[in-house]
Amino acid sequence: MAETIPAGSTTDGVIQVGQPTDARVSAPASYDVADFPVPHGREEDWRFTPLERLRGLHDGTAVADGGVKVEVSAPEGVTVETVGRDDARLGRAGKPVDRVAAQAYSSFEKASVVSVPKETVLTEPVRIAVHGEGGTAFGHQVIELGAFAEAVVVIDHTGDATLAANVEYLIGDGAKLTVVSVQDWDDTAVHAGQHTASVGRDATFKSVVVTFGGDLVRLHPRVVYGAPGGEAELYGLYFTDNGQHQEHRLFIDHDTPHCRSNVAYKGALQGAEAHAVWIGDVLIRAAAEGTDTYELNRNLVLTDGARVDSVPNLEIETGEIVGAGHASATGRFEDEQLFYLMARGIPADEARRLVVRGFFAELVQQIGLPELEERLIDKIEAELEASVG
Amino acid sequence: MATLEIHDLHVSVDAEGGPREILRGVDLTVKQGETHAIMGPNGSGKSTLAYSLAGHPKYTVTGGTVTLDGEDVLAMSVDERARAGVFLAMQYPVEVPGVSVSNFLRTSATAIRGEAPKLRTWVKEVKEAMERLHIDPSFAERNVNEGFSGGEKKRHEILQLELLKPAIAILDETDSGLDVDALRVVSEGVNRVRESGQVGTLLITHYTRILRYIKPDHVHVFAAGRIAESGGPELADKLEEEGYEEYVKGGASE
Repeated sequence: MAETIPAGSTTDGVIQVGQPTDARVSAPASYDVADFPVPHGREEDWRFTPLERLRGLHDGTAVADGGVKVEVSAPEGVTVETVGRDDARLGRAGKPVDRVAAQAYSSFEKASVVSVPKETVLTEPVRIAVHGEGGTAFGHQVIELGAFAEAVVVIDHTGDATLAANVEYLIGDGAKLTVVSVQDWDDTAVHAGQHTASVGRDATFKSVVVTFGGDLVRLHPRVVYGAPGGEAELYGLYFTDNGQHQEHRLFIDHDTPHCRSNVAYKGALQGAEAHAVWIGDVLIRAAAEGTDTYELNRNLVLTDGARVDSVPNLEIETGEIVGAGHASATGRFEDEQLFYLMARGIPADEARRLVVRGFFAELVQQIGLPELEERLIDKIEAELEASVG
Repeated sequence: MATLEIHDLHVSVDAEGGPREILRGVDLTVKQGETHAIMGPNGSGKSTLAYSLAGHPKYTVTGGTVTLDGEDVLAMSVDERARAGVFLAMQYPVEVPGVSVSNFLRTSATAIRGEAPKLRTWVKEVKEAMERLHIDPSFAERNVNEGFSGGEKKRHEILQLELLKPAIAILDETDSGLDVDALRVVSEGVNRVRESGQVGTLLITHYTRILRYIKPDHVHVFAAGRIAESGGPELADKLEEEGYEEYVKGGASE
C-alpha cells in the first residue's frame, strides 16, 4: 500500500495508550440534545468544523420544515416501516456522540425501519433515496439484518437540504451487510449525522462512504461489536472542491475479543478553500484480545489553497492483539509530475485526470462492487471535468 | 526534414537576489539524422539547455529563438512541444504515483500520434520494445518511475523514446549512474532510433564513455552557458585526454 503514497508530507498520528477515548469529546454520548453544550468551535471534536455554516443544526436554531423526501425501495422479503419516536427498535446501535447527532435524535418525528429477516439473502440492493428540496429536516433510519441474512443497501443523498440524520445498522449473528452511502448533494447542502453499526457474532459489515457534494458534510461512521468474530471494513472516497468542507470522523470501538476492522479512506482536493477532515479513532479496550485493525487515510492535493486535516488515533489497552496499525499521508500533485507528463505530450488537464484516476483506482477495486465501481469512476471524471475547468 | 534551430538563446532562473543568467547566447542547429554531443563540466548549463527546450517552467527565456521546421518552439506549451516532436529523456525522471507504466505509455502515445494506437498492435509493440531494453514485463503494471532503480528509470526513458519516435531527441545525461551493461542496453536503444534516420539527437553528457557506444557526428563543448568549441568526434578524444580544464578557466558560471 505504501507505494501508492503521493509524494509529499506524511502525518503520523499519535499512539495513545490507556487514555479513555471520550477525553477528546466535549460531552458523554447521549440521546438528549440538552446534555450537550452548544459548541463554540474550540472543542477537540469541533475545532475543524466551520460552525457558522451548519445553519443552526448545532445550536438549536434550525427548524424542520419537511423539505427532504425519503424513498425506500426494497426487494421482496424486506420489511420497510415508518415508525414513531417511541418504537422500541430505535436507538439500539449506540447513543449520539455530538450535539448535532443528538439534535437529530431529539427532533425527528418519524423514523424508517428496514428489516431483512434472518437467513434472507437479497440478490438486489435496498435503495434509499434521500432528496433535499431546499428544506431543513431531522431524520432517523434503522437497517436491521437478522442472523445469517445478507444485503446491500445503497443510500443516495441528492438535492439541496439542511439535514441532520442518524443511521443505525444492526447486523445479526453471521449476517453480512454492505452499505453504500453516497453524498452527491448540490454544492449548497449541509449534512451531518452519525452512522453507527452494531456488528453481531461472526457478522460482516462493509461500509462505503462516498462524499462528492455539499457545502458542508460532517459524518461519524462508527462501529461497535456485540460479540466475538465480527468484521468491519470501512471504505471512503471524497472529492473536495472549491469551498467545500467534507469531514469524516470514524470511530471503531474494539471492546470485544477477536474482531477485525480495516479502514481505507482516500480523498482528492481541488480549488481554493477546499477543506477535508479525516479523523480515524480506533480504541482497543483491555477485553478486546485478538483484535486485528488497520486504518489508512490518503489525500491528494491537486491545487494550491486546499487544506487537509488528517488525524489517526490508535489507543491500545491490551498487548494481546493480532495487529494494529495506521497510516496517513497527504501528497501534492507536483509541478514536476505535471511537467513530466506534459513533456510526453499529455495536456495538463488530462495529466491531472490520469493521476486522480490512478489515485482512486486501487480503492475502487478494493471496494469490490462492480456496479458501484463504474459509477464512482464516472463521478470522479465528472468532478474533475467540472473543477479543472 | 526536421530541423531544430537554436539562435542566441539566453535563459535565466530565479535565484535569491534576482534572476541569474545561465544560458548566454547558445547557437546550434540539429537536423534529422544527425547526432550532436554536448559535453561540458558541471554547472556549464547543459541541463538548462535541455529543460529550456522542453519548456520547463523554472527557466525563463530572456532572448533568442528556437524553431522546429520554422515553427516557434518557445511559443508552445510543454505538451505542444512534445507533440511537435521534441522529446526530452530526463536525467532524473519523476515518480508519478498511481499511474501505471502501461497506462502512461498508451496515454502518451495517443497524445503524440493524435489517435489511440490499436490495442492489439500496441501491446505487441510495447512488449517487443521492453524486451529489447531488457525491461521486465511486470514493469508495465508498476507506477511510473516509482521504486525504479537509476538504471531502470533510464531504460524507461529510452523505451518512451523508441515508442514515441520524436523528430528531435534530447538525452540529458542518460549515461549518468549507469553501469557498463546498462549503458550498453540504453545505447543500443538510442542507436535503434537513430538508425531510422528520422531523429535528430542532442546527446548531453559529462563523460566521453557513452560516445564509445553512440557515435556523434558533431561534438560541442559547453562552458559558461554557451558553446565554447565545436568539432567532429575527434574533439571528444581531446576532452577524454585533457578534460574540461581549458574551458573552465575563468569562464564557469558556477
